[in-house]
Amino acid sequence: MGYIEKIQSMLTHGEITCVELTKKYLNAIETANSQLNAYVKITPETALDTAKKVDEKIARGESLLPLEGVPMTLKDNISTCGIETTCCSKILSGYTPIYDAKVWEILKAQNAVLLGKTNMDEFAMGSSSETSCFGGAANPFNTDHVSGGSSGGVASAVSADIAVFGLGSDTGGSIRQPASFCGIVGLKPTYGAVSRYGLIAYASSLDQIGPITKTVEDASVVYDAISIKDGNDSTSVGSKEKTFDTLDSDIKGLKIGIAREYLEGIRDDVKEAVLKAAKKYEEMGAEIVYFDFPALKYALPVYYILACAEASSNLGRYDGIRFGYKTEHYNGTHDMICKTRSEGFGEEVKRRILLGTYVLSAGYYDAYYKKAQNLRGTIIKAFDDVFKDVDVILAPTVPMTAFKKGQATSDPVETYLTDICTVPINIAGLPSVSLPCGFNSKGMPIGMQIIGGKFNEAKILNAAYKYEQACPENFKDTKWGVKL
Amino acid sequence: MKYELVAGFETHIELGTDTKIFCSCSTEFGGEPNSHCCPVCIGLPGTLPKLNKKVVEYGIMAGLATNCEIANVSKMDRKNYCYPDLPKAYQISQLYMPLCNRGYVELSNGRKIRIHHIHIEEDAGKLIHNHGDTYVDYNRGGVPLIEIVSEPDIRSVEEAREYVEKLQQIMRYIGISDCRMQEGSMRCDVNISVRPEGSQELGTRTEIKNMNSITFITKAMEYEYERQVDLIENGGQVVQETLRYDDATNTTSSMRSKEDAHDYRYFRDPDLVTICVTDEEIQEIKNKLPELPQKKCRRYIEEFGVPENDAFLLTKYRNISEYFDKAIEGLKKPRTVSNFIIGQIFRILQTEEDKEAFDIKVTPGQLNELCKLLEAGKIQNNLAKSTLDKMLESGKPYSEYISEEDMAGLDEGFVDELCRQAIEANPKAVEQFKAGKEKAIMAVMGYVMKNSKGKANAQDVLAKIKAMIG
Repeated sequence: MGYIEKIQSMLTHGEITCVELTKKYLNAIETANSQLNAYVKITPETALDTAKKVDEKIARGESLLPLEGVPMTLKDNISTCGIETTCCSKILSGYTPIYDAKVWEILKAQNAVLLGKTNMDEFAMGSSSETSCFGGAANPFNTDHVSGGSSGGVASAVSADIAVFGLGSDTGGSIRQPASFCGIVGLKPTYGAVSRYGLIAYASSLDQIGPITKTVEDASVVYDAISIKDGNDSTSVGSKEKTFDTLDSDIKGLKIGIAREYLEGIRDDVKEAVLKAAKKYEEMGAEIVYFDFPALKYALPVYYILACAEASSNLGRYDGIRFGYKTEHYNGTHDMICKTRSEGFGEEVKRRILLGTYVLSAGYYDAYYKKAQNLRGTIIKAFDDVFKDVDVILAPTVPMTAFKKGQATSDPVETYLTDICTVPINIAGLPSVSLPCGFNSKGMPIGMQIIGGKFNEAKILNAAYKYEQACPENFKDTKWGVKL
Repeated sequence: MKYELVAGFETHIELGTDTKIFCSCSTEFGGEPNSHCCPVCIGLPGTLPKLNKKVVEYGIMAGLATNCEIANVSKMDRKNYCYPDLPKAYQISQLYMPLCNRGYVELSNGRKIRIHHIHIEEDAGKLIHNHGDTYVDYNRGGVPLIEIVSEPDIRSVEEAREYVEKLQQIMRYIGISDCRMQEGSMRCDVNISVRPEGSQELGTRTEIKNMNSITFITKAMEYEYERQVDLIENGGQVVQETLRYDDATNTTSSMRSKEDAHDYRYFRDPDLVTICVTDEEIQEIKNKLPELPQKKCRRYIEEFGVPENDAFLLTKYRNISEYFDKAIEGLKKPRTVSNFIIGQIFRILQTEEDKEAFDIKVTPGQLNELCKLLEAGKIQNNLAKSTLDKMLESGKPYSEYISEEDMAGLDEGFVDELCRQAIEANPKAVEQFKAGKEKAIMAVMGYVMKNSKGKANAQDVLAKIKAMIG
């Protein structure tokens, strides 16, 4: 049983009231957050107000909506009307949206209990949450290690049971990588499945919102609730089917592909765990097929060119004129904008804006941006071809386990390389779910991802669910948070 | 040496859609600063654009009206530049795949000014400088524009003027913009260069930005032509740069040089999907387009025998030609109507604005009835004219002013009698006429017309008098 179902059952059976439950979570946050730094803003009033509404509803004997009364969190790049939303950047300090992101509008209408906003890499740029202006979020399995990024705060909170689920965003792995580091489940949906309206953009053609949960079932429930076509987002399509109905379908005969290239340059313990999972699948009746995927080598440069190019444009609006941080001393408009941006953005964000500006500049556009766009086509085509032969692809989520704090920021290029397994999926706009598949010798979680064709969320969640049922030992609780 | 002027125009036209291009805010001109705004058009983080379909339709109409090919597939791009009136720090526009391509506008001298392309885009807000402070008003931000980019085909200031006027007229006709230059709903950037007459090469050009009056455009072009010719004749070279025109001094001055030119870092806007228009949809829009002024003008001349100059005046504004088209229904001589419009009616519509609005009290149907009486010979021209004047003042139909008696024909014998009296009463005039002074007979005629209270047919009277004298 998923945690969401369990909580709703407890609520409807009167085992606990929603207010009591919410207070439990708020107390747990108070205890844990000083060490985890998962939350950057806690919203007890909003949470308790909603909880009261849920309790009244239960008292009236009304049935609950799928996410009603469930304590949860949002990554701090998802706009929440009346609640400060900063992308963990100094440049957005004090910015309070006047409208709701579509996903939050959906959850709000279901009376999901928002506990607060969670930590992330500044503007979702990073792999450790350490580029956050509030400092990084710690890994609940070992607080000397990072929780990953960029949705590190959500992953840390969910892994530590100080939120039942959270919504993150994934541009190059930002849902799956922290889920992998924190031993939980993270779903990056197909591009277009979930509305981006209100998600503060990093790279618009790659960004996608998705759930981070402790179980596959929970990921399915949340995904089904938020994957709705939205007129505010021209790229929004919605989902074609509910994933929940087929979670437990038999996977006998499922063709699982493994790309040989995906196993190169991967730490041994990670590789071992993934291959062990493959074996498990075979035991369950699935068929493992190895294939070559030479296009993989283009993925990282293509990702960093396209993501930075789009970011350089998306982040142009932070000028201190209408919202957020504004420098104190300046001489004229130009000077104000320069100083505001110089002081407001962190190093990693500046690095990517500069890179992006460069690749779009006259004289360089063809050599970088255009070439990257063409190669994006090559990668999309390569995946299309693979999915003619296989149903899903199995791959490591990250070549390693959660690194120690401070490691990521010391060598940016080295850190970019750790995105190798996740970025191809964003480039091709595919869905992928990361789930735990073991632990290394130091007890840190290892993650694997199951990748599907476009809008095949049902298929990958089905495969993930089956594995979860077969290997529950890989889904471990930490010492933190609320134990239901 | 004689120098030829070469110019190309980039014309921005604000489209008259009710709502903005990427959100549902009002496009109405004016209003309290920042009162026509929402999270989308002030570029709040996380907002996304949603393309207004009407803008695509209007863009296609503009393209069809200027003989363009309409692209079945076009895309939106981002033009990145940083300025406080542009809240996202990029303008959503079209560079790589615009909506319309390869059209032309034909001038009265038969020359075709080719149009390179027409694209759709959003307008920026406005900066207001006040007592050393700068304020931003985003009401105009996100108002839809088309930009019509011509080839460098214009060869004189007169052609430039006609080109702009033609565009203005066409866009107003098809109803996609009011093209009011003084309100900024039509603005031109003029690219201008000179070259020795006969040369085929293009000279180095300068660009005069943001011209918002036809008078200024012609003045600025004249000035810039002289300046460039002077430069070259004195051994200098024209520098490629962007200029601003100062109407107070009638001079141009440099805004920025080629080296300082913006690098807009255009790239496809990932927030918007490809715009697909089928041939059927294009045809549908084509079918809805009204007859264009040039075609209408030719038709008035050829079909109705309206003099060229009158036809031009009738088709200058859509309201006039529509009025004319309605008022001539069922008439044998449409020229009667055009004469009334250009004579009587224009007299009370003094300004161009009044003529364009063509807001008069007489309906086309009322004018039509009056003209029918005239055609049937029931009343004479003078009475019709004076009646129309009264109708224009009151808005009442002719029946208020013309009685049954007025319309009853005159007894032939009575007219003969009046003619005889007239000859008797004007012996001097008769003598002069006999001596060969043709005009003298008018005095005799006037007597008859006066005494018949204008009801006699002037043509008949003239014939009768001549016969009697002769």
